[in-house]
Amino acid sequence: MTARPPVTDWATDFDHMHESWIENPYPIWDDLRQRCPIAHTDRFEGAYLPVRYADVREIAYDPEHFSSRRIVLRDERLPLVPFPPITSDPPQHRGQRAVLLPLFTPAAIAPYEAKVRELCRGLIDGFIDAGACDGAAHYAQEIPAVVTAMMLGISAADGDMFRRWLNDLLVLGTDDPELVMRTHAEMAGFFMAEVAKRRARPGQDLISRLIEARIDGAPMSDVELVGMVRLLLIAGIDTTWSALGSCLWHLATHAEDRRRLVADPSLMPTAVEEFLRAYSPVTIAREVVAETEIGGCPFKAGEMVLLSFAAANRDPAAFPDADKVLIDRAENRHAAFGLGIHRCIGSHLARMELTVALEEWLRRIPEFTLAPGAVVTWAAGAVRGPRQLPLVFP
Amino acid sequence: MTTSAQTHASALRVEIDAARCQGHGRCVALAPELFALDALGNAVILGDGAVPPDLEAKARLAKVNCPEFAIRFARD
Repeated sequence: MTARPPVTDWATDFDHMHESWIENPYPIWDDLRQRCPIAHTDRFEGAYLPVRYADVREIAYDPEHFSSRRIVLRDERLPLVPFPPITSDPPQHRGQRAVLLPLFTPAAIAPYEAKVRELCRGLIDGFIDAGACDGAAHYAQEIPAVVTAMMLGISAADGDMFRRWLNDLLVLGTDDPELVMRTHAEMAGFFMAEVAKRRARPGQDLISRLIEARIDGAPMSDVELVGMVRLLLIAGIDTTWSALGSCLWHLATHAEDRRRLVADPSLMPTAVEEFLRAYSPVTIAREVVAETEIGGCPFKAGEMVLLSFAAANRDPAAFPDADKVLIDRAENRHAAFGLGIHRCIGSHLARMELTVALEEWLRRIPEFTLAPGAVVTWAAGAVRGPRQLPLVFP
Repeated sequence: MTTSAQTHASALRVEIDAARCQGHGRCVALAPELFALDALGNAVILGDGAVPPDLEAKARLAKVNCPEFAIRFARD
């Protein structure tokens, strides 16, 4: 990724790839909420940025004006690559989503919980005696990659390839369109081969289930099918590892919260929801397809919107003490998993992975801090979370 | 269902606006005695939605944690 030009004014020249946003976006959103709640930039060929909960919600509820056909804000508009249903709008969206929903209900993901717990224990076994690890690379990143591979019925040994794809698409690809299109093609080739294997010999994995699925009585086309599988890979991995990494970062840097959670594990459900609110990893985009007005601001067709659920979740008009992390916050209708028809299908899976990963970590490693002199780096782009998180637990 | 102004204590009833529910599942996590999920993971009311007095606090918690504002209260 190349260095970004300096931002002159966040209200008129915002850039979510700029290093100050990547390092700490919260003061930027707080400032904008005070003086210009819907910012704009001429970068990315034109984009808006709402930072109030009410505006984010209104846009999320309005697929007629705000299409999901482009969901990543890039320097230039690329050819449309479908990842149904996240890139779909009504009316196609509904049937595609209905195919996936039953596969991700709490009841459907419950059988994976024991495997996640075993995986977490094994990872901790691998570094606990060393008294130190990189909480992002050695723990957070491993868990959802392995779980996703398991659900798709593909080899966990391909995990490194998945990570490279994600980095190419979501980080390096922001200003490298050729890399993005090449990565899409590589993924499509890989999954087309996986589909062919299962057509010859069906299994119980998600890819097999999707081959058998019918929308209005008809099987999905190869483009739909492969797009959907690519989505499951992309959406399930760095989102969850970013959320988990942020949880570990918070607990490493807030000893009082960590000790309270260790002493009273019944706080785990509210703590997980609060971490999701305060450190929401996902920022998605929309494309304005018909001119409209939100919050008194005109939205021109053809421009993009950076739809920051993370900024909405920090809006003091919607959340008292929005800037404070309160692990016992009882009232918390956060939007970390989105709002409206595109609510994250994997939300129950993500919550389970986060809860189990934190429970297992805190049971074995109740005391830990950032390594002395540690440099924590944060991911750039559509998903925010620590990429390097040196921890010690002597 | 419509409600009228209450002049006497009456049973609380929960309702789900199915057009708003997107299957976040918060209500089921917080008040499994009152809500369940259908095959697609969208919330449904258990029974007739009447909330026993000892579950009113849980019902309120479910309501204020619904990200889609899909839960309503009514009084019989």
